[in-house]
Amino acid sequence: MVKAARIVTALAALLLTFGVHAASDVELEPAGNDPDNIKSLQSGARNFMNYCAGCHSAKYVRFNTLARDLELSEDQLVDNLMFNAEKTFETIQATMPMDDAARWFGQPPPDMSLMARARGTDYVYNFLKGFYIDPDSPTGVDNRVLEGTSMPHVLWELQGYQKAVFSTDENGTTHFEHFESVSSGTMSEEEFDEFVRDTTNFLEYISEPIRSTRRVLGVWVMMFLIVFWIIASMLKKQIWKDVT
Amino acid sequence: MARVESEVGTRSGAFMKWIDDRFPFTETMRYHVTEYYASKNFNWWYIFGVLAMVVLVIQILTGIFLTMNYKPSATDAFASVEYIMRDVQWGWLIRYMHSTGASFFFIVVYLHMFRAMLYGSYQKPRELIWIIGMMIFFALFAEAFAGYLLPWGQMSYWGAQVIISLAGAIPFVGDALVEWIRGDYAISDITLNRFFAFHVILIPLALAGLVFLHIVALHHVGSNNPDGIEIKKNKGPDGVPLDGIAFHPYHTTKDLVGIVVFLMLFSGVVFFAPDMGGYFLEHANFEPANMMATPEHIAPVWYFTPFYAILRAVPDKLWGAILMAGSVLLPAFLPWLDRSRVKSIRYRGWIYKMALTLFAISFVTLGWLGLQPAEGVYVMLARIFSVVYFAFFLLMPYYTTIDKTKPVPDRVVYHG
Repeated sequence: MVKAARIVTALAALLLTFGVHAASDVELEPAGNDPDNIKSLQSGARNFMNYCAGCHSAKYVRFNTLARDLELSEDQLVDNLMFNAEKTFETIQATMPMDDAARWFGQPPPDMSLMARARGTDYVYNFLKGFYIDPDSPTGVDNRVLEGTSMPHVLWELQGYQKAVFSTDENGTTHFEHFESVSSGTMSEEEFDEFVRDTTNFLEYISEPIRSTRRVLGVWVMMFLIVFWIIASMLKKQIWKDVT
Repeated sequence: MARVESEVGTRSGAFMKWIDDRFPFTETMRYHVTEYYASKNFNWWYIFGVLAMVVLVIQILTGIFLTMNYKPSATDAFASVEYIMRDVQWGWLIRYMHSTGASFFFIVVYLHMFRAMLYGSYQKPRELIWIIGMMIFFALFAEAFAGYLLPWGQMSYWGAQVIISLAGAIPFVGDALVEWIRGDYAISDITLNRFFAFHVILIPLALAGLVFLHIVALHHVGSNNPDGIEIKKNKGPDGVPLDGIAFHPYHTTKDLVGIVVFLMLFSGVVFFAPDMGGYFLEHANFEPANMMATPEHIAPVWYFTPFYAILRAVPDKLWGAILMAGSVLLPAFLPWLDRSRVKSIRYRGWIYKMALTLFAISFVTLGWLGLQPAEGVYVMLARIFSVVYFAFFLLMPYYTTIDKTKPVPDRVVYHG
């Protein structure tokens, strides 16, 4: 059933290669995440609760829904993900008080429930990988995908620091060329990519938790309609027999 | 009436007689269903009327359930939609059906209107059907526009901002008018509340009434057909048109097949691509409305874009608004702009065929251009195709007069 759903979705995706994520003109590396990969979603949930949820809420996401969809037991949920919540039906709130956050960063960190759906997974993936050293910024870093972001480089321990190499063309406009590592983190480049991919995957999942259910249900609906179509066609043929 | 009386002996016959003595039930069923004769040679273009009805029913039913959980308030609206999507049982399905239904309503209605242009269905004696249909189209525009504000996302907010501010281009009263529509100095909770009232009661009520009139007028004169021949001119001894067959059971069983095919396409979107790549549900609308941050690129939903492209093609705001309104209104005058002696494209000359092709191309291209940023070559193209769009209507009295038509047969063309 899931496989059939995948085939239908792949066909739909083929028809929809004209997707319009007009968020930025920056060239984005594809995130390559797979929302059907439960293990990756579990890692993403862990990453999110450990590194993001201090500042970012996901206020429409309930812990018990998360446990059900990510195939976690209640104990696993409480021990590994619910650091700042009491009941499993609660939603994911940021630990940091938002009023303080607005004072410290100029604006409160945005809610993450729908970020992947609003900006696209490629955006999220490249944003998380896109911090580079900028001595003029109050946080010491800027981001290639979102210039002037007030978010600090939260993942510096894992990724290390990098600097951006720009080139200037004959018109005087600067173009981003590539990143150069300045100091390495605790993770290798591949490990860090995987870390960011899992986190992106989790953000895609929370942006539409019903996604996999609807696709499985959709296959059943289609099969019903095909049977209905055969019967309706036979009925039409029978009734129209005498029309000349 | 003879048949009803012969059934009087049975219990159901007696019951029907009791009803019919008090309410014209059997008579109405015969007039509109079992003895409403429509041409037997309808092709697939003729499915879109009944499909529009199917979508209307889908929108009303899903709309009722959405209303049970949606909160029309600037502080709660966005969250209540996410509540429907995540916490309400089957809420996601109801919401996706409603959002997909909005786009499918326009797909179906645009094709329904194009069918009328192909086969001259607006011509005498069906002018009023067409006029009522255009009023349904305007109501649908208003309904979609009001509905799009309700999720209170960034595009809801800024799309409404752009369109409502157009009224400000009207000299002298413009600014006061804009304030009157919004009910506030900016789009706010007050605007959202009144748009909710328009969307769930005012316009649906008008739509239901107009659809009723549309069908009353249609059944009074009878349906057109792909040959554009009046089938009532050739009646058999029993008074039934020779080329006509009863709506039920013939057209109903045929329509049922079309409805099932439609439901497959509809379900394909609902279950496998509810965003439709950002065309049916715009990505930016998953961010809550923020009056402090204007999105880089404001694009209305696809079904408004042909007219939006015309608006932006004109350098002056007032003239842009006038031409946009003109482009929406012009089709209403088709019954009088078209001077051709024949109805159907089958018997028209090459000039009309070419004109209609150019019109279709310009409409689709303008729709695409309305989604692009208004700069450089896009503006130039929008101007060219706007001219084509208007020329199709304004030059019609001329080119339909000189176009060489073919002789129309007496009976419809039907191959078993």
